[in-house]
Amino acid sequence: MPGSRATRTGVLRASNRVLPGFGLSLGYTLVYLSLIVLIPLSAAFIKTAQLSWLQFFAVVTAPRVMASYRLTFGASFGAALINTVFGLLVAWVLVRYRFPGRRLVDALVDLPFALPTAVAGIALAGLFSANGWFGSLLVPLGIKVAFTPLGVLVALTFIGLPFVVRTVQPVLEELPRELEEAAATLGASRMEIFRRVVFPIVLPSLLTGFALAFARAIGEYGSVIFIAGNMPMVSEITPLLIITKLEQYDYAGATAIAVVMLVVSFMLLLAINALQAWTRRRQGALT
Amino acid sequence: MDPATPGCADVTAPSVPNPPPRPLGTDEPRFVRWLLIAIALGFLTLFLFVPLLFVFFEALKKGIGVYLAAITDPDAVDAIKLTLLTALISVPLNLVFGVAAAWSIAKFNFRGKNVLTTLIDLPFSVSPVIAGLIFVLLFGLQGWFGPWLREHDVKIIFAVPGIVLATVFVTFPFVARELIPLMQAQGTEQEEAATVLGANGWQTFWRITLPNIKWGLLYGVILCNARAMGEFGAVSVVSGHIRGSTNTLPLQAEILYNEYQFSAAFAVASLLALLALVTLALKLVVERNTHSRQSSLEQVP
Repeated sequence: MPGSRATRTGVLRASNRVLPGFGLSLGYTLVYLSLIVLIPLSAAFIKTAQLSWLQFFAVVTAPRVMASYRLTFGASFGAALINTVFGLLVAWVLVRYRFPGRRLVDALVDLPFALPTAVAGIALAGLFSANGWFGSLLVPLGIKVAFTPLGVLVALTFIGLPFVVRTVQPVLEELPRELEEAAATLGASRMEIFRRVVFPIVLPSLLTGFALAFARAIGEYGSVIFIAGNMPMVSEITPLLIITKLEQYDYAGATAIAVVMLVVSFMLLLAINALQAWTRRRQGALT
Repeated sequence: MDPATPGCADVTAPSVPNPPPRPLGTDEPRFVRWLLIAIALGFLTLFLFVPLLFVFFEALKKGIGVYLAAITDPDAVDAIKLTLLTALISVPLNLVFGVAAAWSIAKFNFRGKNVLTTLIDLPFSVSPVIAGLIFVLLFGLQGWFGPWLREHDVKIIFAVPGIVLATVFVTFPFVARELIPLMQAQGTEQEEAATVLGANGWQTFWRITLPNIKWGLLYGVILCNARAMGEFGAVSVVSGHIRGSTNTLPLQAEILYNEYQFSAAFAVASLLALLALVTLALKLVVERNTHSRQSSLEQVP
């Protein structure tokens, strides 16, 4: 392939000289990326730089803000964990078993990606409210979901649902059955085969799915605010706190919290990239 | 998957004349299968199917007349128009960007390519609320360009341009991230052949590249459009919620819900749920086409 002939050319110089349009397409990409993404995002960091370290620290560690981190990160972690367990199960069932309606179910797994978050939000809030379909069953048992932190967990579980299924599914599909057959002929039981053959192969993709669901959940807003009740210190998520500060014209405060969230998100993005590379290496070693 | 593959049994056959009848450890007992299917479907029913049904149930609870009145209300119609306008501007912008980015990244080698690919994915890891916030910081009254914009009587925040900008930001990676791996997998041989035979850049793109990437492109556009029409958090921050002028469909649903007009809120929401179902159906069609393409490619040695 002539494209891979010379990788050590100068910065931004194409080594593929046959095809046209390199300068135009890369130039346009960089300008558009800068205008829409990089410059606006840098505005958050520059705005925060107006605060001194002490001021910044005071804003982002205020008790109400800390309570929102605990809820946001705690509920995101819990939701990602629920989705890891059930996501693996759903992926397994969709890949390995045949049952009526399997294709329809497979297609509908993506619903949380396609359904606008506000629609999910009002649907879940309605379902779990005291006279809703689920709420009318749960509230008499003493389980309050709507307007409590549990509601946040439910909403975040909904929006994170497809991630684990969609990262694990292709790995299970590619998993050579010969490996399981070999282990079986060597006398392993079904449980041992799952634990020592299938699970190690699936593990990187499972962690990737967990990280993706977690990353999506910490920034989530639309599906949560309707069911959360939004009580300060109790059921107020961090993204909502940013909006509250913004509505009080506390731009510096809103931006400082946003910067904390952005830094966490960027670290998660790097972790996800590393996990995806690990998944590909595992996959490559098998084939 | 194939029931008629006793391949490994044949290999071990000579040493074991009568293999024991117990099943190999490659399949679960029947009841385990059905139990796992039941748990998985139960989970999906509670978390996916019931909420979806609930939207349509609530929307139609008070009858088709109330439903039609809710979605033909002037404010709802204005929200539909604004939602369509926003998608109509932001999807083509990100489509052109996606093609340009994929062309430069997939067809050429240059330093910093991996960094660029990661940067393109950035908007996906930014909270929608922060996506709205950064445009308020730039164009809001207290923002960098705020005073200048006010002098020149240009409104971006709490107006349509802000909504479009925030939507472009949150839907930024969709087309690019579909096309980059697809075009990388396709390589450059076909385009090089066309160029060597005398085609110019546009001819090569329209006649070789575009037919090869059309399904991936469509896939990206469908997902981009669904997000553009359904975005809530980012748009909510920059919109100002002005009825009939800066309310998109998701914002309209929110306002109605907060005013306890549940039937109307779910009627508006049902339009968005329909959009989601159409999106999933189109996605399925595209996937079916690309899968058959891939398998026909794989059959060639």
